[in-house]
Amino acid sequence: MPGDLRKSARFKGKYTQLLVPIIAIAVLVIFNLIRDSSFFSIALTTNNDGNIVFTGNLISILNSASELAILAMGMTLVTSASGGQDISVGATAAIAGSVFVKVLRGGEITPLTIILGFLACCVVAVIFGAFNGALVAVFDIQPMIATLILFTCGRSIAYWINGGATPTVSDPIIKAIGGFIPGIPIPTPVFIVILCSLVFALLFRFTNLGFYTQAVGINQKAARLNGISSTGIKLLAFIILGVCVAVAGCIRTSRLGLINHETILSGIEMDAILAVAIGGNALSGGKFRMAGSVIGAYAIQALTTTLYAMKVSSTEIQAYKAVVIILLVVIGSPVVKDAAARFWARHARKTRLSL
Amino acid sequence: MNTNRQIPGALGRRREPLTDTQLLLTITICIFIAMYILAMLVWGGGFLRPQQLFDMFNNNASLIIISCGLTIVMVAGGIDISVGGITALVVMSCVVHLDNFGGSIFTSVLLALGIGLAFGLVQGYLIAYLKIQPFIVTLAGMFFARGMTTVVSVEPHSAKHAGFLALKALRIEIPWLGYTAKNGNIIPGRLEIGVVIALAVVLLVFILLKWTKLGRNLYAVGGNPQSALMLGINVKRSRFYSYLISGLLAGIGGFVFLTHTGAGNATNATGAEMNAIASSIIGGTLLTGGVGNVIGTLFGVLTLTTIKSIVLASGLRDPWWQSITTGAMLCLFILLQSVVLAGRRKGRTRVRTAVPKRFRLQRKT
Repeated sequence: MPGDLRKSARFKGKYTQLLVPIIAIAVLVIFNLIRDSSFFSIALTTNNDGNIVFTGNLISILNSASELAILAMGMTLVTSASGGQDISVGATAAIAGSVFVKVLRGGEITPLTIILGFLACCVVAVIFGAFNGALVAVFDIQPMIATLILFTCGRSIAYWINGGATPTVSDPIIKAIGGFIPGIPIPTPVFIVILCSLVFALLFRFTNLGFYTQAVGINQKAARLNGISSTGIKLLAFIILGVCVAVAGCIRTSRLGLINHETILSGIEMDAILAVAIGGNALSGGKFRMAGSVIGAYAIQALTTTLYAMKVSSTEIQAYKAVVIILLVVIGSPVVKDAAARFWARHARKTRLSL
Repeated sequence: MNTNRQIPGALGRRREPLTDTQLLLTITICIFIAMYILAMLVWGGGFLRPQQLFDMFNNNASLIIISCGLTIVMVAGGIDISVGGITALVVMSCVVHLDNFGGSIFTSVLLALGIGLAFGLVQGYLIAYLKIQPFIVTLAGMFFARGMTTVVSVEPHSAKHAGFLALKALRIEIPWLGYTAKNGNIIPGRLEIGVVIALAVVLLVFILLKWTKLGRNLYAVGGNPQSALMLGINVKRSRFYSYLISGLLAGIGGFVFLTHTGAGNATNATGAEMNAIASSIIGGTLLTGGVGNVIGTLFGVLTLTTIKSIVLASGLRDPWWQSITTGAMLCLFILLQSVVLAGRRKGRTRVRTAVPKRFRLQRKT
């Protein structure tokens, strides 16, 4: 029936984009089931702080993908609006984390100082985000080049803020933010991701942010002629990414209880860009689906955790990741897709003829 | 000076003799010379000795080679961030090959070229023919190369091969550019063997970009792929070759890196890709493609090094200052390019370029 066809076409258009990351996760799940089904076991244990918590690989995937998922959300917006990626998120997160720790170490740690520290680190991250955004939006520089500046010197700025040390913070509240709230067996970062997703969902539901961003990404001039400020939208995208970076930096700092400017969230920019790509969003900008990026982030973390479970050393993981990435993008590339479609069409015609 | 006329937008601008490429190149060279003279006047000392300049070349020979490859890719409108990883992989593989597998210098050079070519082939094919974004492909290439480096060896390796050590110790001495040490001995200026290779690469790439068909095609493809296609240029093949050359040069760069350090380490050439991109940008190559010059890239590397030396000489010895000033310089150059080129674009679209002079309204003064 034509009506059914149209419905299925709409269904296809809406959900095929999510297919790639979901298939990626499904393949990983099947692979793990065959390899070792105890991968999925979840147990209730008592951790060092005396809390009763869930442990297991699934929880660990959910937990440690939090920063990546949050960064991927912001990165999706930037990618969509500017058609480029921000490669300075890791470095900016190091700066944000350093500011957070600096404020906390300034005096006694109370809930108020933690909120103050978070606000300060938000402000700093937003300033750096706006710096990137201004270069991209006002001076019309390619995002990768504009963010290369902070990528080069961001970690050194964090080093400078710390005064050449790697300061630590230890406080029950900080532990609760990065680990578990006493009495709740699910890690807190998971709730923060849910909160962020909710905020973005509400933003897209009740404002035109998503719509305008896609308009700017698809055709900047057309968007401008329709009264959308492309400069403003791009700037806004980078500022929102700045807030995401601040949140991710605070989570990671609280999780570790210390800030090491060299290693904190190093290489996360690449993972975040990958999450966006695996989520089926075009890296050249335009239409986007944030859910795809978030699922993509969990797919990447699932891959990493699987490799760790297979006793692959942390440095060698990169090589395996690269192979998987290349396979994914080759499958998703337009040339291969066209060839596959042509092959299927020919195949279908042949079977019809033989019938 | 008319050879760069193929760049889009350069048509019909008879009054302005400088193309974008030449303008940016001139700016870079002027800034480098000004900076070096400033350093000589203010800090004197080491900057007055020719050896300071030679050491810049000695320490950065591999970076110069890598940057040349990156300039080619960027002129063709792409990006290659796998070069640092390839360099590290080549260094590690060559050391292990020389020491543990009884390789000779010749076979290790072949190994270096082979690794570089293999990366260039695969990445070029994926980017040019399967049309995958270059950033993603070369990012995966970087991950793969870095991962493979640790697969080859996790521990740092120092080369013990006698022939190789002789090659490493080989210096080209230039007596008349030496200086007199405190005890009265004349120490001649010394250049490493890698510098000769680097300068040869710069010359070859310059010739390639300026006077060969492939080179001119690369400018056309980077400037506007659509028009290049309509002119009958094989866009896919040109792009493919750009990545192939970049991979090959990264392989050569890796071997030169080895002749400088003599040791393989998993963290070798960390951030080399970003330094190479920064050098190319400072040298006047635009990431949008179609504009760039390899001589500028050479000066870009020297400028970056001079900044670092000046930071050290001026007493900012804390480890973070070097990269903060590098970032600041990069920011300055990017903004400068953006502003200069935007100004030129504005001038170019004025009506006078479209209307012949005799039909133009004369403004009375």
